[in-house]
Amino acid sequence: MSEQAEQSHAKAVPDILVSLPDDVEPTKVVRPEPAPAFAFALPKWTNQALVMICSIAIGIAIWHIGSTMRWNWGINFSNIPPPSKVLDATLKNVIDPDFYVHIAVSIRRVMLSFALAVVLGVPTGLLMARNRIIRAAFLPYIEILRPIPAVAWIPLAILMWPTEESSIIFITYLGAFFPIVLNTISGAEQTPEVLVRAVRSLGASKFDEFRHVILPAALPSISAGLAVGMGVAWFSLLAGEIISGQYGIGYFTWDAYSMVRTPDIVLGMLTIGALGTASTFGIKLLTAPMLKWQSKTR
Amino acid sequence: MHDVLKYERPDSATSSSGKGRIVIDAVCITFGKGADAHRAVETTSITIEQGEFVCVLGPSGCGKSTLMNAVAGYVTPTEGEVRVDGELITKPGQDRGMVFQQYSLLPWKTVYENVAFGPRMAGKGRVEAGSIANTFLNMVGLKKFGSRYPAELSGGMQQRVGIARALANYPSVLLMDEPFGALDAQTRLMMQENLLGIWKKFGTTVLFVTHDVDEAIFLSDRVLVMSAAPGRIIRDLKIELPRPRDAEMATDPIYIEAKKECLKYIRAESLRAFELQNQ
Repeated sequence: MSEQAEQSHAKAVPDILVSLPDDVEPTKVVRPEPAPAFAFALPKWTNQALVMICSIAIGIAIWHIGSTMRWNWGINFSNIPPPSKVLDATLKNVIDPDFYVHIAVSIRRVMLSFALAVVLGVPTGLLMARNRIIRAAFLPYIEILRPIPAVAWIPLAILMWPTEESSIIFITYLGAFFPIVLNTISGAEQTPEVLVRAVRSLGASKFDEFRHVILPAALPSISAGLAVGMGVAWFSLLAGEIISGQYGIGYFTWDAYSMVRTPDIVLGMLTIGALGTASTFGIKLLTAPMLKWQSKTR
Repeated sequence: MHDVLKYERPDSATSSSGKGRIVIDAVCITFGKGADAHRAVETTSITIEQGEFVCVLGPSGCGKSTLMNAVAGYVTPTEGEVRVDGELITKPGQDRGMVFQQYSLLPWKTVYENVAFGPRMAGKGRVEAGSIANTFLNMVGLKKFGSRYPAELSGGMQQRVGIARALANYPSVLLMDEPFGALDAQTRLMMQENLLGIWKKFGTTVLFVTHDVDEAIFLSDRVLVMSAAPGRIIRDLKIELPRPRDAEMATDPIYIEAKKECLKYIRAESLRAFELQNQ
């Protein structure tokens, strides 16, 4: 920005001088100072990364001071383990095979539930968007069941399903299903009708219409739905794991609370956050090749 | 690289003979029901011979696209029927290639995939569909752009791909709904000449909808002038200009005579359409 401004000045100055009549003393052209670039002359991303690191460092510092000084103004820091204790707990757990079993079990549950939600949610959404009767048949269920939080499903899920494992997967699946369906519907509704007509005249069957037109048209919206669904899947899973089960990172966290291993609570929470972020990122990575055409559209 | 020449052209003298004859028989199209009913096309009968280039000319909103949609099979006539080569039209089909006004290429498929789409749907193998696509892209001069996405192409280029895509199924009828309406004047003229060249090569019947008098006269064997809503054909004008045609012909007395004739009708109808819309 400032570089550009400077270049245009370098050009502009001689022009002004030339256009002055001969008998006029050329007054000194005052070059306005280019707007000062903020802070360091580093590339943009370095600036951002730096701010992020500082932000995290400040957060940890506040946490450290708060818990060691035992602040208690409204928020009670006195029972919160300081960062150093959490670090100790982390070092202890990363060499414990059980910790990885908890993580692996949770990942397996999320993957299974999420895959189920995609396989059932995307076709349901596509059909609902394109067929009035199907839409009318499914919409009431979706509208009524969608706002029910995962925790509220727990008692019924336990009664409905034969094993604890299946009820946890059911709850997790529900969490991912609704955002996926709703995003698929809204994406498919945006299909330009002219494209549907075009492929019909080219001999496309109903199935081809979905495969080559409606699904790709909805894909940008679907991929956003998948990312949201993945996030919701994780917190639904945690709700399920807290109440029942013997493994899983949610169980680990809840167990740490029951046994008053406070540093482990924080470690469990941070692990959940990291897993959620990583899997959402994974979804974006997986859908990116299918959306390559979009970057060319701009 | 497969044998492109093999697909250069289906022998139009044999394969197209007697193909592409459109019969519109007492067709009348009404949208809505009861008090909301709106008649788009008034009872119309017209026959378009095989290999003819026919333009439907009319003010905007006169129902000319609706009439074409009935031939395409997107709209079912309220009364009457449309037949192509004796076959009753009930739905869209590969025998009738469609070219739309704009943005009808699949944006998520490359140019090449868009053109190969029709042959693929017709059950052709990947390789064969591919060589058909290359042939037609070559014909519209865009073979180099096969791996691009439609959005990377200009409007005129996209329309040429649209024409290649419609032709890749070797349709007996090519239906074009104001295909050059969104292009600038220079590109449009180039596209018109290009289209006539392709048509000469293929000999398919072309039904072309436009509101541009010059475009209609320059392209067609016959101009069908449509009245303002509800649309009906009020003039069936033969254009006796020799072929091949070029832009110079705009000063030819036959051209000027035809233009006067069209404008006479169009002006009156446009005025009526304008008043209808302002009621």
